[in-house]
Amino acid sequence: MARTMAEKVWEEHVVRRADGEPDLLYIDLHLVHEVTSPQAFEGLRLAGRSVRRPDLTIATEDHNVPTQNLLAPIADPVSRKQVETLRKNCSDFGVRLHPMGDIEQGVVHVVGPQLGLTQPGMTIVCGDSHTSTHGAFGALAFGIGTSQVEHVLATQTLPLAPFKTMAVTVNGQLKPGVSAKDIILAVIAKIGTGGGQGYVIEYRGEAIESLSMEARMTVCNMSIEAGARAGMIAPDQTTFDYIRGRAHAPKGEDFDAAVEHWKSLRTDEGAVFDAEVVLDADELSPFVTWGTNPGQGVPLDASVPDPASFEDPSARAAAEKALAYMDLAPGTPMREVRVDTVFLGSCTNGRIEDLRAAAEIMRGRKVAEGVRMLVVPGSMRVKEQANEEGLGRVFEEAGAEWREAGCSMCLGMNPDQLKPGERSASTSNRNFEGRQGRGGRTHLVSPQVAAATAVRGTLSSPADLVSL
Amino acid sequence: MEKIDVHTGRAVPLRASNVDTDQIIPAVYLKRVSRTGFEDGLFAEWRQDEDFVLNRPEYSGASVLVAGPDFGTGSSREHAVWALKDYGFRAVLSSRFADIFRGNSLKGGLLTVLLPQEVIERLWETVEADPTTEVTVDLVNREVRAPGVRESFELDDYTRWRLMEGLDDIALTLRHTEEIGAFEQNRRSWLPVTL
Repeated sequence: MARTMAEKVWEEHVVRRADGEPDLLYIDLHLVHEVTSPQAFEGLRLAGRSVRRPDLTIATEDHNVPTQNLLAPIADPVSRKQVETLRKNCSDFGVRLHPMGDIEQGVVHVVGPQLGLTQPGMTIVCGDSHTSTHGAFGALAFGIGTSQVEHVLATQTLPLAPFKTMAVTVNGQLKPGVSAKDIILAVIAKIGTGGGQGYVIEYRGEAIESLSMEARMTVCNMSIEAGARAGMIAPDQTTFDYIRGRAHAPKGEDFDAAVEHWKSLRTDEGAVFDAEVVLDADELSPFVTWGTNPGQGVPLDASVPDPASFEDPSARAAAEKALAYMDLAPGTPMREVRVDTVFLGSCTNGRIEDLRAAAEIMRGRKVAEGVRMLVVPGSMRVKEQANEEGLGRVFEEAGAEWREAGCSMCLGMNPDQLKPGERSASTSNRNFEGRQGRGGRTHLVSPQVAAATAVRGTLSSPADLVSL
Repeated sequence: MEKIDVHTGRAVPLRASNVDTDQIIPAVYLKRVSRTGFEDGLFAEWRQDEDFVLNRPEYSGASVLVAGPDFGTGSSREHAVWALKDYGFRAVLSSRFADIFRGNSLKGGLLTVLLPQEVIERLWETVEADPTTEVTVDLVNREVRAPGVRESFELDDYTRWRLMEGLDDIALTLRHTEEIGAFEQNRRSWLPVTL
């Protein structure tokens, strides 16, 4: 029978199947960070259990870490204790850790792919919902809670109920200035924050195939914002070329054997998805959010919607509440919305291509008066590469702050936060109330829009900039 | 884990959709390394507003949360489940839950029950009209009962059994260590290792 890619990867990992029980799935790679793991390690200790496969486990420090003055101790004692706890746990249980200051340290979902640990056909989990990022390689990758983190540490497996499958097909080609971020924001606006609930989404179509690996990661990253557990993209030559030569990539004949296998993972001709959604890339333009969930977005050319225009009473109420929080009046053109802060970074848009795209726009220009721009690379490796390419200097000369790697203002667990009432254009993934700091207001945007917005001070696309 | 069968308690009507886990417990409360004591973080921002439903005296001591659709969206933080439980909630009723939150809740012994939105609305009205109304969440019979409401809900047999027995997932899986070992013998040799 014809099968989807998600079904093939699932089947390959079934350790045990019994009537009336969830399948027990083997996990190929477990990514760990400081926030969702301490209680899991403590659970192991209390039960006298060990980590079954430390060699399939890797940890990094990302959510809490400061992005400046790395040599000083972490000022917040609670954050410091959490990071120290991770260090002790990794040392006690024999787990490889990339701590602050290490060249491989960074946002967990940037680190895995950059090391070549993320490969097609694998099952990958992490106590973080944006684990869906790794699906860009054709891996089945999803976020788990702390109980499941403990379960994977102890058994390297998870009992899981089956997912449904959804195909999101993006036909055509993106216009210049339109990016992967705009694709996924448009998908979420179309199907809603619950539209993917219970599904693994497979993104396909010409526009998806044309994306680079890093752009594909941006798309898969935000699958969770549509409610989906995971997002996947079929591995192809772009994927193989990206993996080849990385530290943990298969070598020599092994690489050829791996590619042979990876090619077999594609969804079979005639396989049936439980749901299908189609978008036309030619019709997409830069997208921005106006509300307090990622589904509340419109093209940058549009205006803040009128809650009265929503037919569904619950959507109308949500829109009213969101506009009150965001302090926006219906009918205001999105381009007239002024920001205080621009955040470029996160597991959604903190990779080298994102920095290149933004630097291209900022080169020779200045961050607008009264605007603060934070550029936070996804990993120290990304930072190093950006510096080699001269991107760091571009940001600094423009007046942006060029920081160290971490999750930073995406969720404000470190000192990088919005103040109450401040408004940001952010390349991260969530515009929830207070997410970037108490009382902060977030507009989700692409790196290109973030850069143009930094220069103009209002939500802008690169096309709005006067040519140099 | 504590065994769950039938729970009866007063309810809180939370008339909001898309209640994300950053609202249930803001990230600043996630820095702790303990597994208990998260009640102060529950809806920490919304509780700053004295009119917020959880601050109203008539709902104090309630143990069933009746929420709008798409409850628990966003982050995978299990702290959201711990905060709800630590605060005293035993069950959350909604017409749609985010996947990861639902999974976490059923692992952690917080009963999340899917009901049609129309039933949620009726429960809201009933509880608002009389906050002393008791709502029963019956896992044994997979049924929610309140004055004027008797609605069955779906929950797979396995999860129901595990919750009723209060079983620890890890202990259940460790019964199959041999099968896990056998699977490991056949993994592809070129798959990456971290050490």
